This record gives sequence, C-alpha cells and structure tokens, in this order.
Amino acid sequence: MSRKWVVAAAVAAALCVPAAGISHGNGLPTKIGKGEGQLNLIAWDGYTYKQWVNPFEKATGCQVHSKFAGSSDEMVTLMRQGGGSQYDGVSASGDASLRLIYGKDVQPVNVNLIPDWKNFVPQLKSPAHNTIKGVHYGVSLQWGPNTLLYNTKLVKPAPTSWSVLYSPKFKGKVTVPDNPIQIADAALYLSKSKPSLGIKDPYELNSTQFNAAIALLKQQKPLIKKYWALASDEIDLFKSGDAVVGASWPYQKNTLIADKAPVADTIPREGATGWADTWMMSAHAKHPNCMYKWMAWVSTPKVQAEQALYFGETPANPKACPVMNKLSKGSAAQYHCGASASYFNSIKFWKTPVAACGNGQNDCMDYTKWQQAWTQLKG
Amino acid sequence: MLLLAPPLLAFGLVYLASLVALFVSSFWSVNPFTTEIEHIWNVDNYKTLWEASAYRTIALRTIGIAAAVTFADALLAFPLAYFMARMASARTRTVLFIGVLLPLWSSYLVRVYIWRLILNHDGVLNWTLGKLFGANIGIAYTNWAVWLIFTYVWLPFMILPVYGALERVPQSYIEASRDLGARGWMTFRRVVLPLALPGVIAGSIFTFSLTLGDYVTPLLAGGSSSQFIGNVVYDSVGISNNVPFAAAFAAVPLCVMAVYLLIARRLGAFEAM
Repeated sequence: MSRKWVVAAAVAAALCVPAAGISHGNGLPTKIGKGEGQLNLIAWDGYTYKQWVNPFEKATGCQVHSKFAGSSDEMVTLMRQGGGSQYDGVSASGDASLRLIYGKDVQPVNVNLIPDWKNFVPQLKSPAHNTIKGVHYGVSLQWGPNTLLYNTKLVKPAPTSWSVLYSPKFKGKVTVPDNPIQIADAALYLSKSKPSLGIKDPYELNSTQFNAAIALLKQQKPLIKKYWALASDEIDLFKSGDAVVGASWPYQKNTLIADKAPVADTIPREGATGWADTWMMSAHAKHPNCMYKWMAWVSTPKVQAEQALYFGETPANPKACPVMNKLSKGSAAQYHCGASASYFNSIKFWKTPVAACGNGQNDCMDYTKWQQAWTQLKG
Repeated sequence: MLLLAPPLLAFGLVYLASLVALFVSSFWSVNPFTTEIEHIWNVDNYKTLWEASAYRTIALRTIGIAAAVTFADALLAFPLAYFMARMASARTRTVLFIGVLLPLWSSYLVRVYIWRLILNHDGVLNWTLGKLFGANIGIAYTNWAVWLIFTYVWLPFMILPVYGALERVPQSYIEASRDLGARGWMTFRRVVLPLALPGVIAGSIFTFSLTLGDYVTPLLAGGSSSQFIGNVVYDSVGISNNVPFAAAFAAVPLCVMAVYLLIARRLGAFEAM
C-alpha cells in the first residue's frame, strides 16, 4: 500500500464516524416489564445520590451507573455518543430537551406508567419543553428560578426590578451568566419595559425583538465586571465585593449565606427565567424497563423531597411538600414547593430557541444565532 | 527504522489526520434545528469569520496578548538566564533551577486561581497598596490580569531555552571580544546577544503558542471583553455544538503559528532548541 493510500484511508475512517444511523422507537409500552438489571444514566451532579439510589436498586434489582455532566451541551453530546445506546436516560434541562427531541435522541414515554405523574403541578405535566403535540418525551423532575442576587449592605433600597442590571448606578459591579440563554433575560425585561416590541415569549424572538434584546445587552456590557461561567465564579465575586448585583441561582445565595455574606435574592416584578428538568429516555435505550422504574421512583414524594433538599430546588410533585417540611422545617415554603399558579406563571422556563415560533411562522431566531450573537456581544 | 515506524505512524494518524479532519469539517455546517452536522460543502463559516468584526477583534486580541506576554517573558527571562548560565555558582544554579521549575509541578488551575485571589478587589495586592500608599488598583477581571497571569505561568518556558543558548556561548569568544578592546556593553550587544537570540526565539515559540491556544485563563481571570480564539472554539463546540465553525476559527491560530515558525526558522531558532 502506498503512502497516499494510508493517508486516504485514515481520513476516510475519521470522516465515517459521525454518520451512524438513526432509528426511531416504536409504539409506547402499556406496562413495565421485568427489570434488565442495569441502568445507565447521564445526570446533573447530585441527581443520583445514594440516599435514593440504594433503595431503588434494592427494590428493582436495577444497578444504577451514572455519569455526571457539567452542562446541558455536554448532556446532548453524551447522549449522541456511540450511536446513542450507551445511556438509557438523561436528566435534561429545558434548554437541552428540545434539541434531544428534534435530534431523535430520545423516545416518547407513556406517562400513565408513572403513578405519581397525575399528582404533578399542572404546569409540569405537559410543559412545552418536553411535550410536543401531546406526545410526552419524558417526565418532569424539579425546577427552580433564576433570581436577582444583591449585596444587602451596598444595594439599597432592595431592588424590585431587573433594571438594576441595566442601570449605570452599579457600573463595574454587575455580573450575569456567560450563557447565550441570558438573551432571554434581556427579552423578558423588555417584554415589560417596552411593550411595543410585542415580546410574548422570551425564547421566541423575531429579528426585531432579538436585535432589541442584543442592543440592551450591548448597553449593559460596560457595566459588567465579569460574565460568570461557573457558580463558584459568582460566589467569589460577591464574597470579594467585586460584584454587588447580578443574575443568579438559589444555590449561590444559599452558599453565600452559609458563608455569612450579606446577600439576598428576589424575583423582580418583571418575573424571571428558570430551569425545569426532565428525565428523558434514550431512543436506543438498552434497559427501558429499568428506566421506567427509575422515572416512577424519582417521582414519588419521598425521593422528590430528598432530592429537592439535597440540591436546593423545587419538586414537580406537590405531595413532596409535607415530606420536605418533615425533613427540614420550613423548607417547603423556602423553595416555593407547591407554588401557586401565579408564582409559577411568573417564571419563563428555559427552552431551546428554534426557528419555528408558536405563531406558526419560521421567523424566529434559532439557538445557533443566539450563540453567535452572544459570542459577538462579548467580543 | 523499524523502531521509528510506530511513533511515525502515530504522529501521522493522530496528528496530521486530525488536522486534515479539522480542515475538512470547517467547510461543513450544522442544522440550526437539531444542531447536527450536515455534510454540505460551503465556505459560510469563513465568511462569518471575515464579516463579523467581533471575530476579528477576538483574533487580534489573542495575537496581541500573546505577543505582549512573549515580550514581557523575554525581558524577565534574559537577565535571570544570564545570571544562571554565566555568573552563578553550581550550587546557586541548582537552587535557581528548582525555583524556576517548581511552579510547573503545581496545577495550572491552582496558579490561576491564586492570582485571582491576589488581584481581587480586596486581595493581597490592593491590601498592600492600601497600607503603603492608601491607593488601590482595579485590574482584577481585566485583560491586564490575563496578561500578567500568562506572563507568570509561561515564564519557565522562556527561561530554559534562553539559558541553554547562553550557556553555549563559548567563554573564549567573550575573551576575544575583550582582547579586541570591546567594553562589557559592546561585548554583550555584538557577541552575546546575537548568539543568544535563537534561544529567545525558541522560547518565544513556546510562550506565543501556549498563550495563543489557551482559553482557561481568559475564562477565569478575564473581564467582560476578554475572549480568546480558544474561548470561541470552546463555546462553539460546547454550547452550540457547531463543530464546523469551531474548526474554521481554530484554523486561524494554525496559520498564525505557521507564519511564526517560518520566521523563527529564518532566525535560527530550531538550532537552539
């Protein structure tokens, strides 16, 4: 074989890998069969804690192997590896779930096989980020809001609007996440402060609305100390006083308060964006029965409460609220467990922006455009 | 010859083939709906790179900071390397060598985080400045911080080749220069510096290319305008799953390095490594 052929063969081999075939799951199962003995999961760190995994293994005989992912994008990448049959399920957040559905990486599930599903808060039974035209592609798990975090000593009076993130008053002391989905936060603020733009859903933006959000973020840029990439970055910034106001998660506030930092958080009057996670089953799952058993298990009130307290988020199943209070007094109210519809509706949950808007037209900016705009914004 | 075959084959497959794959994939695109790669040939990625001013700014920032880091490292490394190679006793030299190499044994991340603590709003630097002059500087989370940290982190990679080049300057040349009436400065300028220059260029290849390809320091210690080429590549792969665009942007530092290496070869850097 001549040298030319060796190189050609190597290149051909390198190019063939991504071309693995895609097939689709068939009709929905009507009952859960016997467990296959194994279950391979991709999860957020802390979502498969031994406190509720060990009893599950004992009860079902399904041995759980979990791989922790650091970001939604890593989850999507892992789900596609090796033709997609390596993992049975993933705890996808709303900004990853649509990508997995449209990429045919996950399969529809029969929610009637999940006894606790009917107890879920109505908004999480068939949310837009995991249910398409009435077909369920997973079972909701937990949720939480993206909050406005501020230093109680230096930011007075306590802010009630996201406008503090866009006003020069705290120039050089503002921090927001380094994430394209942050464009939705600007859009949410604009939906209230500039109603003439007609923004209904901060994830469905036509080019005019999108450009207005980008213009607002450009105006915000000189005020920013740092776009934080890791939760620990924001914790450091608030601890050292390099930032006094920023967009955050409840987790940072809990950690900072445990460290006795003078911070508080709020959901401003414009509402907030938020995340809602879903257990989804791979389109090529090798252990579907164990996956169904797992989805049923993590929906039960006890496991929902344990996970909510361990991670600092809110259960989809309101029957978990009394259990939370039993485990840690007052925690149900702290995490808005069983929140009222009005609180829930004030939160716009993350979902992947796609070109097909709710209005039936294809004029919305898709996620690739969001990402490129974000990169160019940071410059 | 037989012994050489496995490493050569590995080099060819792992290194060159992956570069070819990188180049080829930069002419593909992703489906915006599913973010899956579509194997349709086009030059859209390069067009975006050329047309959007943000990417030009990012490329120039990366190259500019890499050059500034290289310059600062050369200035810092030369006197130290000169002292180590030509003036220090054997014992002092050993101590200095250990001192230069020791930081390389600790994690890169740890060193970046330590600098972040030093430069913080209420960090050691501002505390000291406050005690001494009642002043403080806000370079935390700026490009200055990025430059400073890179200069610190890559300094050993400059010191070692410069030391090697200086050590190889024969003592007899310097004596001959003196015999011919050249003073210390003249000898340094006309004899030592030209002979040591290939070492500086060799060191600059390391400091320049290491800075050019890095994305961790800008991510952790940079401010609101500190993106490097590496950060855009990382985000394109990690966030939007747009591997073709990442490949296209990754081709830019490759071209910069190719030009740099050609110039370095002209200046005799490869003989000094």
